[in-house]
Amino acid sequence: MTAKLILRGKEYEVRAGMTLLDALKKSNIVPESVIGVRDGEMIVEDEILRNDDVIKLVAVISGG
Amino acid sequence: MKCKKCGEKASVNMRQHRMALCKEHYLEWIPEQTERFIKKYEMFTHRDKILVAVSGGKDSLSLWDILVKLGYQADGMYIGLGIDGRRSPTGGGIDYSSESHRLTQHFADARGLTLHVVDVEREYGQSIPMLAEKTHRGYGKPCSVCGLVKRHEMNRIARDLGYNVLATGHNLDDEAAVLFGNTLAWESMFLLRQGPVLPEADGLARKVKPLCRFYEREMTAYALLSDIEYIYEECPFAEGSTSIYYKELLNQLETTRPGAKLTFYLRFLEARTNGLFREQDEVVQNLHPCNKCGQPTTAPDLCSFCRMIEKVNQTDAQESQ
Repeated sequence: MTAKLILRGKEYEVRAGMTLLDALKKSNIVPESVIGVRDGEMIVEDEILRNDDVIKLVAVISGG
Repeated sequence: MKCKKCGEKASVNMRQHRMALCKEHYLEWIPEQTERFIKKYEMFTHRDKILVAVSGGKDSLSLWDILVKLGYQADGMYIGLGIDGRRSPTGGGIDYSSESHRLTQHFADARGLTLHVVDVEREYGQSIPMLAEKTHRGYGKPCSVCGLVKRHEMNRIARDLGYNVLATGHNLDDEAAVLFGNTLAWESMFLLRQGPVLPEADGLARKVKPLCRFYEREMTAYALLSDIEYIYEECPFAEGSTSIYYKELLNQLETTRPGAKLTFYLRFLEARTNGLFREQDEVVQNLHPCNKCGQPTTAPDLCSFCRMIEKVNQTDAQESQ
């Protein structure tokens, strides 16, 4: 029962059943710096991750 | 989580406002708020001719999209910097400038908008990486040269083409990161000049930042939900930059203290308005037009940009002899 987070090509495996927020914290990703997208739809932090979910994380920081 | 306006499933949650919105209401809310900030800070009216500095990134393309939706006279300007990630010090990457130009042009063409394009290398014989290599300002890290060139070219094009307002896509995270850096060093002159509006001066258009109260996350959400195709890759030279580091630090703070970034910026604006920082009269009085381009400068004779170009061209001429 796992789900996968993908950020800039790097994959993070997390337990299904937890919220996106908890999954981000567990993976040491700052929640404020990404947006979660599942099947092309944006999801918010309290969304429960399902088994075999693949969540694309869009990095929000840019600039130099 | 439900949309505050209709109760449908939310797409975006803004913890600093304690508000979540669905796609439809979010895409209404952002332009409404932008209009509110434009009026609050007296940025411009529907009579003004606005030039939007577009880079191909999410913020500037979203800004252009919003201003056009709100019915403003807004044309775009793209500055080709000649940055190619495949030739950067770290290697790899993409042809950054070509790709960002392609996306910007695509955005303009799809909406029938006017886009002015300036290619720095074609105009001055030197790309940004070339200028950085040849001057003491750059040396492998061209961000300072890039900023100088972009400021100069934005001012030049706005003046030459008769635009009285220059709009940039700076978001709150950009502003908070700059503010954080300037506060760490107590740069009072920079702090004094930072704000949503920089009034017009002799030869310079008014500069405005209509997105300055939106988090970077909110602007990313707007671009994604609007199906705006923007350049996702980072500028190859931005890797490890101080501003990105400050943004990361501030986002860590925001995660545990929702609203911290917004408060930091808004309280600063309030303090500035209340006179926390004072203008140093002598600096303002010393502004005069550059002998070559006519833009205001405090430097004697030539402005920093013209001095840099002249120096590089002289060096090139000597080396070719």
